[in-house]
Amino acid sequence: MKKHRYIPMTQQNEREMLAAVGAESIEDLFVDIPKNVRYEGTLPMSSALDEAGLLRHMTQLAGKNADSDRYASFLGAGLYDHQVPVVINHVISRSEFYTAYTPYQPEVSQGELQAIFEFQSYICELTGMEVANASMYDGATAMAEAASLASAATRRKKIVIASTVHPETREVVRTYAYGLGIEVVEAGFDNGVTDLGKLESLIDGDTAAVLVQSPNFFGAVENVRAISDLAHAQKGLLVVGANPLSLGLLEAPGKLGADITVGDAQPLGISGSFGGPTCGYFAVSKALMRKIPGRIVGQTTDKNGKRGFVLTLQAREQHIRRDKATSNICSNQALLALSASVYLSIMGRQGLIDVCDLNLKKSHYAAKQLSAVQGAELAFSSPFFNEFALKLPEGTDVSALNEKLLEEGFIGGYDLSRDYPELGSVMLIAVTEKRSKEDIDRFAEILEGSL
Amino acid sequence: MNTNLDLTAPTIVDAKEDCALIFELSQPGRVAYSLPECDVPTTEDEVSSWLPSEFKRSDAAALPEVSEVDVIRHYTGLSRRNFGVDNGFYPLGSCTMKYNPKINEDVARYAGFAKIHPYQPVSSVQGALELMHTLQSDLAALTGMDAVTLQPAAGAHGEWAGLMMIRSYHEARGEKRTKVIVPDSSHGTNPASATVAGFETVTIPSNAKGMVDLDLLRAAVGSDTAALMLTNPSTLGLFEEQIVEIAEIVHEAGGLLYYDGANSNAIMGITRPGDMGFDVVHLNLHKTMSTPHGGGGPGAGPVGVKSILIPYLPAPTIEKLEDGSYDFAAASPDSIGRVKAFYGNFGILVRAYTYIRTYGPEGLRRVSECAVLNANYMMARLKDHYEVPFAGPCKHEFVMSGSGLKKYGVRTLDVAKRLLDFGYHPPTIYFPLNVEECIMIEPTETESKETLDGFIDTMIRIAKEAEEDPELLLNAPYTTPVTRLDETNAARKPVLNCACS
Repeated sequence: MKKHRYIPMTQQNEREMLAAVGAESIEDLFVDIPKNVRYEGTLPMSSALDEAGLLRHMTQLAGKNADSDRYASFLGAGLYDHQVPVVINHVISRSEFYTAYTPYQPEVSQGELQAIFEFQSYICELTGMEVANASMYDGATAMAEAASLASAATRRKKIVIASTVHPETREVVRTYAYGLGIEVVEAGFDNGVTDLGKLESLIDGDTAAVLVQSPNFFGAVENVRAISDLAHAQKGLLVVGANPLSLGLLEAPGKLGADITVGDAQPLGISGSFGGPTCGYFAVSKALMRKIPGRIVGQTTDKNGKRGFVLTLQAREQHIRRDKATSNICSNQALLALSASVYLSIMGRQGLIDVCDLNLKKSHYAAKQLSAVQGAELAFSSPFFNEFALKLPEGTDVSALNEKLLEEGFIGGYDLSRDYPELGSVMLIAVTEKRSKEDIDRFAEILEGSL
Repeated sequence: MNTNLDLTAPTIVDAKEDCALIFELSQPGRVAYSLPECDVPTTEDEVSSWLPSEFKRSDAAALPEVSEVDVIRHYTGLSRRNFGVDNGFYPLGSCTMKYNPKINEDVARYAGFAKIHPYQPVSSVQGALELMHTLQSDLAALTGMDAVTLQPAAGAHGEWAGLMMIRSYHEARGEKRTKVIVPDSSHGTNPASATVAGFETVTIPSNAKGMVDLDLLRAAVGSDTAALMLTNPSTLGLFEEQIVEIAEIVHEAGGLLYYDGANSNAIMGITRPGDMGFDVVHLNLHKTMSTPHGGGGPGAGPVGVKSILIPYLPAPTIEKLEDGSYDFAAASPDSIGRVKAFYGNFGILVRAYTYIRTYGPEGLRRVSECAVLNANYMMARLKDHYEVPFAGPCKHEFVMSGSGLKKYGVRTLDVAKRLLDFGYHPPTIYFPLNVEECIMIEPTETESKETLDGFIDTMIRIAKEAEEDPELLLNAPYTTPVTRLDETNAARKPVLNCACS
């Protein structure tokens, strides 16, 4: 083996250290591994590259992907192309943050602990909830954990989930629910939002929770307060999945009756990265505080009375409670929680209102322009935030259309027929503050020429 | 500039001062954002018609109003109150706190990786799919498994996904197997994951050598055994010498073997879980593959399986088509389903792949050899000063006990706190649970002999301090931004956010 830049062991070190151990060779340190399970030979893996060669290789791989710096994106469906303030990358590149482990030693981890405390504060402020944790893997697993919490808290074994919740979130919820022995029932929709009549008929005394998303997968805003009343009438809990950026404009779920609010903080300054890592958030009412999954940071004082922060309420967690823990989560998405915090610090009170305003106006302008194209119309008339469903003429091949848009420098919308074949040819289109009037007009032109 | 000024002193004073919350810095009217002007025509009537007023937020969120400089100073200030691998030695056992290479960070930020959407046309993400496909096969080769899913976001998430596959496997064979066996030295996530997958946990005590007790294992297995979860080398840093017999006992009873890959840094290229008899394995890329832990995440916990479990893999995996292009494979009808949105923590996968390509297979073997030599060297030098309950050779980590210091009124916690004064992150303490006053040390391969010697000398000095001046340890640390914190009160009267509004 040639020398390697990450390994400081010299031949001299190796000799001295083996002598101190009382071993003849490194092989002596592996005598406890039975011969019949030793691997002989060289593993059939990718070979080593020098630094310049590796950079070339990675540049080449990255170059085969169409990125949103070069393409104007109208694709959302749970992951959005918002402006990421440049400051964020500088903060999360501070290696005191990114090379640290979970803050087990609070005296030398006050920076991370305070950052998480501020993240929890931000999430509570946005959602109107009383307690938030340090983060979850993503919005989908956060909702699955919410179902688990609701089932444990109510000792009921059924959940009702709206079919307007992100299809992948519903799939993840089903996987977790199967493990935990929770029955999952889906409630249908009408005009792009949950059908309240159908929902009511599905909620009964066995229902642990009703799970909805607002804005939902179609971009439409759900009547959360009405759903809350239906869930609570049967003493079930209400779980709301919310895009946290939209809460600059939309009412906080905590004020509409949510017992648990979850979601993905990706719109808050986290780049797409092919879907991950993003950052799930998880917030609850005070009554559920000691049942929440994952890490929580609390404020306290040191021996001199000075303010400080620690991981707290750990009696819920796997390293203490093992098989009785509220969840198996250990590592979360702390660095992305930091990204979201920096985003909210940058945007501030007015910036969050302004960015929502731009999303609202641009998406509504796009909806108007695109639905004016011959043969296209809005699939639903329900209110929406920054994303809407556009119905195309029956038989339109949405993936072929997206390939054509790609040639023109656009990343088109999401093909809703993948998950909702009953809707026909429908494209889900997201319009963030990054899209210009010119982008939108050109998009409409290409659409017109393609139909 | 006055060269007589001591530039270090103010730094320390700064760091020791209370750091304001970002909310406390707010000044009405100050901004840090830059947004485009609205370039689309709208009228006020239109805008107010789009959303019913009862859907709109009644009170603006009380976010701070600060400038960009405030933001940078605030978070830079916080970073200076934090300790990472780049700050110094971080021998946190079972966490593999090795150096996080900078090239990994650079390439993960390439727009072609960082700024792509999971639902883009497959033709526009061929580079990303090629990377994932190659990583799948590299990790399969490394672990001796037949197929790999890259979806799980962390080790515990991988454990649960693996157990769900085991559950589906048994159910497909018409067997009701409800129990998962774990040794008492196992990570807390093992039993917790078993619960989330719908299993009961059976914990078996280790024998006097710290290994799985075969007689107890034989007594524990039966027709209700779904799986044995094992970390090998164990959290005691010991290789299970009888692993082949262990695998036979479990397989004969009809159970499967789950490999917790947290300690894989000891065995790369030397032995493989697949060859030991394991059916499922997860790897912690944020440990073995050098991706940074980010202060608590994100990680990645890919799972490898033997062919019998391939039908149950979570959807989707990546496949290479005959024409050389890449695509998502259609989900098997028996798949456990989806475990996470999209395809896993892709940005972490990019870093791990980059790491593998800096070493290649021979290099990775050298990584494990050096990690193991470093641990054995530390154990050899420390064994006369702290009690070492299990003789070596150890693998990439080892455990000691601080119980010898109890006669001076000093506990392992106090040793850990005193280490902070010398600029070291302490080892893992009070884990595993079957060693009293446990101190678990994992140096990793990226630390030099001088660093190890410096730490060892400090540990010896602290043992001496405990004997001569125990008070010194009981009140440590002295040099950190805060002293010991009141954790009891934090839990009794929780203050979990700043309650801004």
